[in-house]
Amino acid sequence: MAEVEETLKRIQGQKGVQGIIIVNSEGIPIKTTLDYPSTVQYAGLIQQLVMMARSTVREIDPQNDLTFLRVRSKKNEIMIAPDKDYFLIVIQNPSD
Amino acid sequence: MEIVHVYTKLRSEFGRECLFSDRPAELLVDVPPDPSLALQFIQKTHRDQAVQACRDMSEHQVNTERFESDSCGINHVEGGWPKDVNPQEMEQTIRFRKKVEKDESYINSILQLGSAMEHCIRQNNAVDIYQEYFEDEEEVEESQEPPSAKTINVFRDPNELKRTVTGLSWHPDGGRKLAAAYSCLEFQKTSRETSLDSYIWDVENPNRPEMTLKPASPLVCLDYNPKDSHTLVGGCYNGQIAYWDTRRGSQPVEVSSVEHSHRDPVYKIIWLQSKTGTDAFSASTDGQVLWWDVRRLSEPTECLVLDPSREGHLDRALGGVSLEFESTMPTKFMVGTEQGVVMSCNRKAKTPAEKIVCTYDGHHGPVYALQRNPFFPKNFLTVGDWTARIWSEDIKESSIMWTRYQMSYLTDACWSPVRPAVFFTVKMDGVLDIWDILFKQNDPTLSLKVCDEALYSLRLQDNGRLVACGSQQGGATLLEICSGLSTLQKNEKSLLAAMFERETKREKILEARQRELRLKERSRSEQSREEDTGRDDGDDPPDQLISRAETDFYSVVETETRRRRDREEQKKIKPAGQFDFVLL
Repeated sequence: MAEVEETLKRIQGQKGVQGIIIVNSEGIPIKTTLDYPSTVQYAGLIQQLVMMARSTVREIDPQNDLTFLRVRSKKNEIMIAPDKDYFLIVIQNPSD
Repeated sequence: MEIVHVYTKLRSEFGRECLFSDRPAELLVDVPPDPSLALQFIQKTHRDQAVQACRDMSEHQVNTERFESDSCGINHVEGGWPKDVNPQEMEQTIRFRKKVEKDESYINSILQLGSAMEHCIRQNNAVDIYQEYFEDEEEVEESQEPPSAKTINVFRDPNELKRTVTGLSWHPDGGRKLAAAYSCLEFQKTSRETSLDSYIWDVENPNRPEMTLKPASPLVCLDYNPKDSHTLVGGCYNGQIAYWDTRRGSQPVEVSSVEHSHRDPVYKIIWLQSKTGTDAFSASTDGQVLWWDVRRLSEPTECLVLDPSREGHLDRALGGVSLEFESTMPTKFMVGTEQGVVMSCNRKAKTPAEKIVCTYDGHHGPVYALQRNPFFPKNFLTVGDWTARIWSEDIKESSIMWTRYQMSYLTDACWSPVRPAVFFTVKMDGVLDIWDILFKQNDPTLSLKVCDEALYSLRLQDNGRLVACGSQQGGATLLEICSGLSTLQKNEKSLLAAMFERETKREKILEARQRELRLKERSRSEQSREEDTGRDDGDDPPDQLISRAETDFYSVVETETRRRRDREEQKKIKPAGQFDFVLL
């Protein structure tokens, strides 16, 4: 429990990190540092994206699996680390 | 019907050897056809049936019912909560969350994911993958593509008897229209049936001219008024000047009177810069340059006789074939003559003698085109005989730059309005040459064969991309130049200025040297005349020079023929069996 907190705090302390969301496989946000409505929005949208990305990777090669997904946009970068049951989503403003 | 044949054999004959014998054929049964049976069958139409060992397939078409789809946004509402948890209740959700957080698998997976995530975050912070390197270095602008030009449209003379396109003028606002003057310049080639009309074409529509101009005599040149895009002025073959207003129809609004006009075809007419915007001046081979006010074309406002001796004698005047006028220098203008002399004149001179300021003698034939460089007004381009020459106003002895002698006669030229180092020329073999003197001076940068017949006129649109050239058979071709030749390159102006200065200086030095030599010779010849010793290189009597030149020439010819003969003999001596392809 404490290690989880420590990890999250460390991530939050990195330069440029704007927010962290932990979502479970059903789309329920477990932990978040952003406000609730944005969290819900992110959770819903990103889950669909991860599903699609995962199925893409697996369809090309069934032995393969998605390990990390990065969406870079003009304003920031959304990084998604998927797992069997949970996703970890971090929104960062890349250094420039 | 039964067909029965009975074989009988006596028992006593069993086992006996077979004795075969030949006997003729015996008809056993004859079954004739019975037409009544045919009625039991149905005649089938002939059909070609291919036989192949493959699966039978059939083709069906199915039309599904229209499926209506609609795209709309999704409003994210919470979902996925298990049945026992009510999403609205804060307590229940918090309790659920706390429960999840205590889960073993949760802790493990988060730790794992966290480390992976941290790695990526640190990566992001370390290097900006979209960083712009070499931002200060400007992109190397050299267009690697070779220069090119594309024909867009050809406007052909709609009449049966084709006439030459002798003059072209672009519409001043945006160049959507092109006015072309048609006339037959060959002496006495016009027949009774040749039409006198000239046309205004819309660039987009090559099928039919947009408007017809009907003068009394074919137009040799015309010009759109840069201030008022509806008015045009044109010079006729019989020397008259005609003024049109396109709003008022095809007939000229006013025509100058025959007595006061030119006595030869008007080769060039240009609008002047004036407060009223109604002044134009024209040049013709009768040796006069006349100024007109288009409101009163009955007689010219001013007249200048192109007499190089500046005495106004018409019989000694040179015929004018081209005019040049730059609106930035409204009092000066230049005339190119049939005799190859370019005269620079000042309109505001006090006495007629001072009107002709200076002359530039450079061409062997008529100066068909004359234009100042729009960026460097001190330098102007002339075209005549087989060369194009660039002059500087200060150097009167010769041009500062010139092209090689071309294979055919040059008929027209103009500078590009956007690039100071580019100019265009057209030749009598139907070729359009684009010269870029910063790139190559000996040859044109781009040489295009526009048509098979001679090209007589050339005009560039103000944006520098469209070129119109007119041919002998009445076809005006519209070409588009590639962007490399029609966009200003960096440093072009300064490089060109440096080039012009360099050439001008070179010419000045040459001029000074010539003058020195001449002075020296003169002084030497005076001395020699006093002393009566004769023989100075420069003072040989002309016939001695001629005989010396002759002997030199013949000796050179002889050595050359001797050399050729030796070469041929060497070729013949070569052993037999060795095939040599000799170009005959």
